[in-house]
Amino acid sequence: MAIEVRIPTILRTYTDGAKAVDASGATLDELIGDLEARHPGLRARLVDEGKLRRFVNVYLNDEDVRFLGGLGTPVTDGDTVTVLPAVAGG
Amino acid sequence: MRFDSLIDSVGRTPLVGLPRLSPSDEVRIWAKLEDRNPTGSIKDRPALWMIEQAEKDGLLSPGCTILEPTSGNTGISLAMSARLKGYRLICVMPENTSEERRQLLRMWGAEIISSPAAGGSNEAVRVAKGLAAENPDWVMLYQYGNPANWRSHYESTGPEILEDLPTITHFVAGLGTTGTLMGVGRYLREQVPGVQIVAAEPRYGELVYGLRNVDEGFIPELYDASVLTTRFSVSSADALARTRELLGAEGIFAGISTGCALHAALGMARKAVQAEERADIVFIVADGGWKYLSTGAYEGTLNEAEDRLEGQLWA
Repeated sequence: MAIEVRIPTILRTYTDGAKAVDASGATLDELIGDLEARHPGLRARLVDEGKLRRFVNVYLNDEDVRFLGGLGTPVTDGDTVTVLPAVAGG
Repeated sequence: MRFDSLIDSVGRTPLVGLPRLSPSDEVRIWAKLEDRNPTGSIKDRPALWMIEQAEKDGLLSPGCTILEPTSGNTGISLAMSARLKGYRLICVMPENTSEERRQLLRMWGAEIISSPAAGGSNEAVRVAKGLAAENPDWVMLYQYGNPANWRSHYESTGPEILEDLPTITHFVAGLGTTGTLMGVGRYLREQVPGVQIVAAEPRYGELVYGLRNVDEGFIPELYDASVLTTRFSVSSADALARTRELLGAEGIFAGISTGCALHAALGMARKAVQAEERADIVFIVADGGWKYLSTGAYEGTLNEAEDRLEGQLWA
């Protein structure tokens, strides 16, 4: 088992066009580290100076990780992580 | 209820229980029917507050032109108020919004400038900011950054909910401009210790995000994460399923963003049941389903409806 990470269109240049990739780790930070090893360059698009980039939203099973524990949020096999750019509503 | 004019009848909407969708007598879900406002959506509140604040500030006088980026409901509310108060209204609107919204805007006399579908409301905001710079005499109320937006909910929606349901434990609403969540959230946090404020954010099809560079995203100036307890991303499929469930189980015919909020409300209800805690969960019915009939959201299978909704801005 692994953790499925859904990648937005704009970042699929790093995943050979894949909409979703697998990765592993005990926390979101470790997961992104594993993603970086498999898809070099991806980490810098998501994280800046040890924090999630301002306009990047990351959801663990549909819940915004900024309200869970940020990069330190624990993740487990079978979870789904979704990465999306911030957009406007209204 | 009697009012001096249509504008005076904004607000004071019903709060109704959902006896069939609530899990138990201890964990109850309540719908705040904002479709019962004069133009059929919650946006009548911020539209009125923003216009009246601009009048107080001396920015607006009869004959003035108002400019606003809007995916629909705010524009429709502004159009009604602008017509009654004698303002010209120009709305910048993504081209992938429903035909009903365009017809309604035109009907109330608003002019529409379309912005590209790709990028959704972000693009509408960018286009409107450009137009505002080119036309300094136009007044952009700018719902994403205007404090009168959240204040309308702090002063009306929030107090109404607490008056009707003093035992409230959770408030759930869709996240767009963030005005509803910021205003009701701040009010309830002051009045109800431990209240949970939950955002339900629509997750659109890929077209809407397609061209977004992750360095050029948009976060409304009104957004203050400290007001929220948590925030959920709700897929079109889940929002559609819940919109139909609300109609089927409780008879409430609502727009698709309501299904988005209900999905998060049901998630909070499930958590409360698991934790064996009592809960009174209020969620917002932002508008009725009328404006979304042409999207096919209510016909055929859920998969068919989801396919038809792909690329549409449904909230």
